[in-house]
Amino acid sequence: MVEAIRFRDDDVHEEPAVSLDAVLDQSNATAVRIEAGEDARLLIPLLERLALIEVDFPVFGDGRGYSAAQILREAGYKGELRASGDVLVDQIAYMRRCGFDAFAPDAPIDQKVMKEALERYDEFYQSTTDSRAPIWKLRHG
Amino acid sequence: MYQYDKYDQQMVDTRVAEFRDQVERRLAGELTEDQFKPLRLMNGLYLQLHAYMLRVAIPYGTLNSKQMRMLGHIARKYDRDYGHFTTRQNIQYNWIKLEDAPDILADLASVEMHAIQTSGNCIRNISSDQYAGAAADEIADPRPWAEILRQWSSFHPEFSYLPRKFKIAVIASDEDRAAMRLHDIGIQLVHKDGELGAKFFVGGGMGRTPMIGPEIRDFVPADELISYAEACLRVYNRYGRRDNKYKARIKILVHELGKEEYTRQVEEEFAHMKTLGLNPPVEELARISEYFVDPPFDPDTRDDLDLSDPDFNLWVDQNTVEHKQSGYAIAVISLKPQGGIPGDASSAQIDLMADLAEQYSFDELRVTHSQNIVLPHVKKSDLYALWQKLDEAGLAPANLDLITDSIACPGLDYCSLANARSIPLAQKISERFADLGRQRELGELKLKISGCINACGHHHAGHIGILGVDRKGTENYQLLLGGSAAEDTSLAKITGPGFSEDGVIDAIETVTNVYLEERQEDERFIDTYRRVGMERFKEAIYG
Repeated sequence: MVEAIRFRDDDVHEEPAVSLDAVLDQSNATAVRIEAGEDARLLIPLLERLALIEVDFPVFGDGRGYSAAQILREAGYKGELRASGDVLVDQIAYMRRCGFDAFAPDAPIDQKVMKEALERYDEFYQSTTDSRAPIWKLRHG
Repeated sequence: MYQYDKYDQQMVDTRVAEFRDQVERRLAGELTEDQFKPLRLMNGLYLQLHAYMLRVAIPYGTLNSKQMRMLGHIARKYDRDYGHFTTRQNIQYNWIKLEDAPDILADLASVEMHAIQTSGNCIRNISSDQYAGAAADEIADPRPWAEILRQWSSFHPEFSYLPRKFKIAVIASDEDRAAMRLHDIGIQLVHKDGELGAKFFVGGGMGRTPMIGPEIRDFVPADELISYAEACLRVYNRYGRRDNKYKARIKILVHELGKEEYTRQVEEEFAHMKTLGLNPPVEELARISEYFVDPPFDPDTRDDLDLSDPDFNLWVDQNTVEHKQSGYAIAVISLKPQGGIPGDASSAQIDLMADLAEQYSFDELRVTHSQNIVLPHVKKSDLYALWQKLDEAGLAPANLDLITDSIACPGLDYCSLANARSIPLAQKISERFADLGRQRELGELKLKISGCINACGHHHAGHIGILGVDRKGTENYQLLLGGSAAEDTSLAKITGPGFSEDGVIDAIETVTNVYLEERQEDERFIDTYRRVGMERFKEAIYG
């Protein structure tokens, strides 16, 4: 088992994640895992009770999970948002910008390379759910 | 033209450092080729048949002389002394060493250029009308809108792993010089109630399954442009097909869902996106537009021309276009010399074009999607001197929009995807039709050649298109008729069985003869084809 990476101060959520179908049926589940093709919007009515949402990346080139993350954060989700699967160091900065704050990669990630990647860019052009001011806002106040 | 501020500059400088690091990790063996591939592709670096190819972005096809000289420098220092201008207004270099790529990017960054997102399944370089800011028929300059989109799309975290590549074009006149409706998103600037906004066409494209993009919204206000584009992209990112790369472009999604359903989903997403504060304020568009104000035209310069030199007269007639300012002309430098490689230019030619832009065109150049170079603002009184200098350097073929002004993809000479060669065919056609009088008799005739079904040579959009295929191990060429990338967008149809290289040239000649026999009054080839239909041409070719 590769060590998980977390950018949260709260304790790791212990309850195992259930499938999307299961969480929609079970009124008490607090952790869910969605697959790349599943509709993250179905979770919006449940966000109050969810503490962990895991989004799977079957291959790093499948970018659906980025939209899933943005949708959940746009809807106000504050719990842990974990990217799992084929998560590589060169995608983590983009994932952070889309709201992921935890990572469960299939293969180990070099912490030093990750730190450099996350600190590399100071500013960004777009407004995303990471709430950082985009460059146009810096230009115009 | 646009100038980087500290944010833009920092962005490209950081990218150079990042890519240098990635290349070092690759060369040290810390990254496998599989892991490195998506990273280099985000930087326009392809592994081709013989070497790495680097594609450099020329945003909306606009550049200044300093940037142009840098392109010449790169050709000289890192390549085999030439570069190839592409159908997406970019330039590519075919003989690059991986270890040189970071230095090349650093050289580019020093003149406010980059290779960001010139490949990969992300939003590619934004293209536009090559006559923007000079055309007599535009309602506004489309480039500030293209620049807003360039910045928004650069390193977009949600849309960097799309199902497939994504191409956007922006125009601002009814005449379409940018093949707008053959893009994933085509934007036409329009006025509504006195306000400038964007009409959106989504789902056009060429490739294996050519489609003309349908209009999905007649007006998006300037201050909602980004949220509307985000809505279009998010629906695609979530629902575009990922099971088959040949069905992964947005055109397939729009086609399979139907225009109405795709539009409904976009509108629903847009209603949500509008609440998120994604749009730069109108002050940002105003800030960028300041860089695109007219150069200081001389209002008193003469509008007439001495056309007594017959060769000059031909060039002016064929290769210059009406300018919005009296006394000025748009001059097109053809990169299609007889027997040459469409779109190629030597470093010496690149340097010369830079010098001429500085001297005669307010320091500006443009690249066209038909692989030529434009000097957008030339005083008519300077045209003769300009033409003489171009002519000396082999840059004055008077063949704009004629049959020898062909588009051709790199084909099997360079490309690992190709089934057939494109360049030698383009060269032979230009030899066969070398007589300029004959070319002019045939008039506007857009010939486009692709070496495989991916259609980089736009064969679907050619008045005459040629598609190279592999037929039992030999190169074979199919002939298509009736396409257009202009405002009368249409897709060409295959005439029938394919030909050998010489056979297809004979067939083209036959087709042009049918046109000459059938045409009425001042019909162009495409007009005659549309009127008389395919059968008449087929009979002549195969009959």
